[in-house]
Amino acid sequence: MARESNFTNMTLTLLVVTFVSAIALGYVYTWTKEPIAQARLATQLAAIGTVMPGYDNNPVDEKFWIRSGTDSLECFPAQKNGRSIGVAIKSVGHKGYSGDVWLMVGLDTTGVIKNIVVIEHKETPGLGSKMTGDKFLGQFLGKNPGTTDLRVKKDGGTIDGISGATISSRAFIDAVQRAYKTYRDHGKEAHH
Amino acid sequence: MPCSALIKPTETMEKKLTIKENLFKGLIRENPVLALLLGCCPTLGVTSSATNAIGMGLATTFVLVMSNMAISMVKNVVPDKVRIPAYIVIIAAFVTVVQLLMEAYTPALFAQLGLFIPLIVVNCIVLGRAEAFASRNSVGDSAIDGLGMGMGFTLALLLLGSIREVLGSLSWFGMKFSESDGMLVFVLAPGAFLTLGFLIAIMNGLKKRSKT
Repeated sequence: MARESNFTNMTLTLLVVTFVSAIALGYVYTWTKEPIAQARLATQLAAIGTVMPGYDNNPVDEKFWIRSGTDSLECFPAQKNGRSIGVAIKSVGHKGYSGDVWLMVGLDTTGVIKNIVVIEHKETPGLGSKMTGDKFLGQFLGKNPGTTDLRVKKDGGTIDGISGATISSRAFIDAVQRAYKTYRDHGKEAHH
Repeated sequence: MPCSALIKPTETMEKKLTIKENLFKGLIRENPVLALLLGCCPTLGVTSSATNAIGMGLATTFVLVMSNMAISMVKNVVPDKVRIPAYIVIIAAFVTVVQLLMEAYTPALFAQLGLFIPLIVVNCIVLGRAEAFASRNSVGDSAIDGLGMGMGFTLALLLLGSIREVLGSLSWFGMKFSESDGMLVFVLAPGAFLTLGFLIAIMNGLKKRSKT
């Protein structure tokens, strides 16, 4: 089947194989670059639309960054008829069971949680993954983290944690709190 | 390689298979997952739901067909000693293509499977077919072999994914048919091993019966 191997033909073969692969990949990359960017934007807009419905500005164009500890959080100001109706904050909880939990948290101008979308998590399917369900997530809607103790009951708060997934629940809450604190400390910037 | 990709499957290459035999051998008799026990990492990892299973199966099928064809085309030019690196580069290129296409056109599925797509490169089925079949057969036969093996892989994953999703989450393809919780163990890793074990046992039982 195959040819006799010597230094020249081995080097040449590998060179040609990698060269052709690189060209092919470069081509596919340029081809899919635009659709990938659009898909990412669509996911982001869908999340913003869910947590901050009714805006008529372009939150993605007006987004700004706020430092929170070692992270920078993306903030998307939402306006209607030129008046601020709140802000969608992409927030993160680092202490998940298996990695970071990314949320989009919508806060109205008084700091009340309008809605939350889980953007990305790697929690255990069937346990921590229940954070996307209404039973857990619904407890946060309409609450103001400044006046309601949003911690799991185990920690003395008011939230029923996901059974069997306290760590995931805490990471979720951590991300919500972080979004709220960012908003509270830098809220003015959201209303510029 | 994670598992021994260099194991040459026990097929007898002396007698030429018909196109139909070549296509369907991967479904049951030489099913990559249930009979050859190759590619167990994605098999166990992604089959927590039927949708994931289908997505992974189709992505792997695409890579199998394309890499089998490409490797069959270059089989006479690649020197023996560097064939494995050459095959791996070809396979990795096709996997990256799949990854980019999925991210662009099926972002939701990509978000679910993202972690496992790059692992198709080291899926023993792909390199196994390259070594055992594509490197000694014609382009057409290799394409059919890849398609058949891919279908067998997809079928096995779909079976596993369906059983695990139905028992574990009481839903199928994301459609819930009961509000109560399923048997959680089936969604977790132990359930994957249990289900795979039972499927292989059933498979072996069927094979034994068909022989006698």
